[in-house]
Parts: sequence; C-alpha cells; structure tokens
Amino acid sequence: MIEFRKVNKWFGSLHVLEDIDLTIEAGKVVVVCGPSGSGKSTLIRCINRLETIQSGDIIVDGSSLSDAKLDTVKLRTEVGMVFQSFNLYPHMTVLRNITLAPVKVKHVSPAEAEKIAAVLLERVGIPDKSQAYPANLSGGQQQRVAIARALAMKPKIMLFDEPTSALDPEMINEVLEVMTDLARDGMTMVVVTHEMGFARRVAHRIVFMDQGRIVEANEPEKFFAAPESARAQQFLSKILSH
Amino acid sequence: MDFQVIFNNFRFLILQGFFGFGTFAGGTLRLALPAIVLGFILGTFIGLARLARSRWIHWPARIYVEFFRGVPLVMVIFWFWFIIPALTGKSLPEYAVALTAFVIFEAAYLAEIVRAGIQSVPRGQIEAATATGLSRAQLMRHVVLPQALRNMIPALVTQFIVLLKDTSLASIIGYVDLTKAAQIVNNREIRPFELYLFIALIYWLCSYSMSRYTRRWENRLSPSPS
Repeated sequence: MIEFRKVNKWFGSLHVLEDIDLTIEAGKVVVVCGPSGSGKSTLIRCINRLETIQSGDIIVDGSSLSDAKLDTVKLRTEVGMVFQSFNLYPHMTVLRNITLAPVKVKHVSPAEAEKIAAVLLERVGIPDKSQAYPANLSGGQQQRVAIARALAMKPKIMLFDEPTSALDPEMINEVLEVMTDLARDGMTMVVVTHEMGFARRVAHRIVFMDQGRIVEANEPEKFFAAPESARAQQFLSKILSH
Repeated sequence: MDFQVIFNNFRFLILQGFFGFGTFAGGTLRLALPAIVLGFILGTFIGLARLARSRWIHWPARIYVEFFRGVPLVMVIFWFWFIIPALTGKSLPEYAVALTAFVIFEAAYLAEIVRAGIQSVPRGQIEAATATGLSRAQLMRHVVLPQALRNMIPALVTQFIVLLKDTSLASIIGYVDLTKAAQIVNNREIRPFELYLFIALIYWLCSYSMSRYTRRWENRLSPSPS
C-alpha cells in the first residue's frame, strides 16, 4: 500500500530522512516512534506530499509520488491526516468542517455530505455536536471531529501525527478508542505516537526512528520484550519507566 | 459664540462639502466611500501578490508597497494633477484625480494589512486543508481568507478612518470637501470656532459610527468565543 524506497530528505543541511526503506501493507497499523527530531513526523508527512523528498521514491497505492504527472488531489483524497493540534477550521461548525472537502473536492452533494458527516459523528461518539463550533469542544472532542473530517473523504490510508500529544490525560483514551475501532475495521494506518500502550495493543508493527534513520522495525511483542538496538532499549527504558 | 452661521450655511456644508452635491466638484463621502471600496479591492490583490511564490509577482507588489508608503499623499495627488495633463495634454477633472490618487495610495497600506492578516492564519489550517485535497484557491477562499479578514478588521477600520479624514487633502487641487467647504464659508463669515467645531463633530460621528459598526461585524464573524 505504501512503500518507501531509499528515501532521503534534507532541510537545508539537516539530513532529516536518511535512506528510508519501509513497506506498509494494506490493512496494517504501523506505529512510528522515536525521540523528538528523529524525523517521524516528516516521514508520514511525505506520504500525502505535505513534504517533498529529494531522492528515492515513495509508492502510495500503486502510484509513484515522484511521478511528474501525479494527481496530488487524488492522492490526498485517498490519504487522510490527523494532526497534533487538530487544525479544525475555527470559523465553521463541526458539520461544515467535515463536509467542506467532500463537497468542494469530491463534488458530493451537500445533503449527501451531511448524511456522511452524521454517520461519522455517530461513529466518533459525538452525534450531538454537529452545530457546535470547535472552540466550544474539548480537546478530545475536537480531535475526534478531526478524525471524522479526514474519514469523510473515504480514504484508504489514515495518517496520525501525534494525535494525542496535545490532549489532557483523561481525553487521550477517547481518541485512542476511536483509532482502535478504525484499526479493527481494517484501515491502513500510520501513527506517530508516544502512546506505547496503544502501540502494543493495536499496532502490527513498530518502527523506531532516530536521527532520520529507521533503527529498528519489528512486531510489537518483540519490540517491547527485547528491542534489538541499544538506542531503542534506552528510549523504551525512559518512556516506559513512568 | 453664534451657531447661526451653521444653520445659514448648512446646505452648503453638508450637501456640497460632505456629500458632494452642488456646483463644485467635491464631497467628503463621495470621495471616501469609493476610495475605501476600490482601494481595498486593489489592496487585496497586491497583498495576495506579495505572498505569491513567483518572484515576478511578489517583487513588483513589494516595490509598489514600499514606494507608495514612502511618499506623502499630497505629493501623489499633485503628481496626478500635474503629470497626467503634461503627459496626455488633457487635464482630468478634480474628482477623477483625487479618487485615483487615493485608491493607488491607500492600496499600498491596505495591501500590508491584507498580507499580515493572511499570515496571521496558523500554518496548520493550510496543512489541514491541503491534506483533504483542497486546491490553493479553494483553501484561500474557504479557510484562510475568512479567518484572515476577521484578524484584519481592527487595522482595516483604522485605515478607513484615516482615509476618511485624509480626504481633506484633496482640497489642494480645488476639490470642495467638508473642510474646504468650511474654509469657504469662514472666509466670508469669519466664524472659525463654530465652523471648525461643527465639522470636527461630523468627522467624529463618521469615524465613531464606523468603529461601532465594525464591532458588530467582528462579532458576527466570530460566532464562537475563542
């Protein structure tokens, strides 16, 4: 579904992604973890081309992102994304946040889009908030709306960039539950997160990054029980000790 | 103090000076309103141009802004008054000259306000919209500009109020605005205190109603407390 082939990216002289090779199969959940500045966010932002790469290639659902004729709009309708800071449109109701892209990009009729939105709001557990504005919602509710907004495009892949890092502890679970449901339904997901409990329960594979490289990629049982690299051992001992 | 002078000359001051109906080319409102609307439209385009990726678009816009911000408005009015006849051999009427000068001059200031407003919208908004497949034009129209406009309102209104009061500068080419009308009456009646107090009140009422109206406009654009 997603394939990184020897991907390299620099920000100026900083080598943020170094020789990344990674294959993510359809229906799988991959959790990307690692210390800050290790290139995790950049990695997933390359998948929907919010970032461009300098060498190598990324294949998403059969099309190469380095193809000059790539239809980026089509790519982005197939890849949904959820951000750390929610990024809901503050001047629109929850309903309009969700229906905007289906109506404008996929030319779904407003009535049809609203129906889809209602179903999605039900699914993320806030069916009664369609007329609310983002500022009137809690962080957890906002992030669930953001997930619904991404799902409204009926994507084949969902990217999550630290979706719970800006949330109060008690709201983290409500978001993780929605993500767990999504994973159960067979969505292909790439999740950057520090939630190791979620990684252990839901992920099919853990990718550990440090300084722009993939240091280790393994099944969660193996990764948590016996990380191969010293860097991952050190990281886990810090993150799991509290 | 004798305010009889105001009543005797009320029609001239208000109709000719303020609204611009009368024998002379003039009118504060007749100049200020189109200048605000046209200046804002031109300013929006220049402000957007300043943010364009292509240097062939953003450099000319930047030069425009830096140039017109750096010269006095009176001078711009003089240029159009003297240079157009010198170049074309035909002189333009006072109203056309004043309006052109104001629109071109104000657009430089308004462009900066528009640019700052657009840049005040967090990057995450653009990323979220991009990630759902919206084109640049669509995300500007539906996501960025509505939020930018809300942030621009206080600065915009300040600029509109400045513009309204600056229209009195058009009197240097014989345009009879409110200030000039008061001056004409005063030359005959020698009642400077009453006359200038009266026009100050008119200017103040205009400015105040603009800022009152804006507050309502601002509230309407932010239905959610943030």
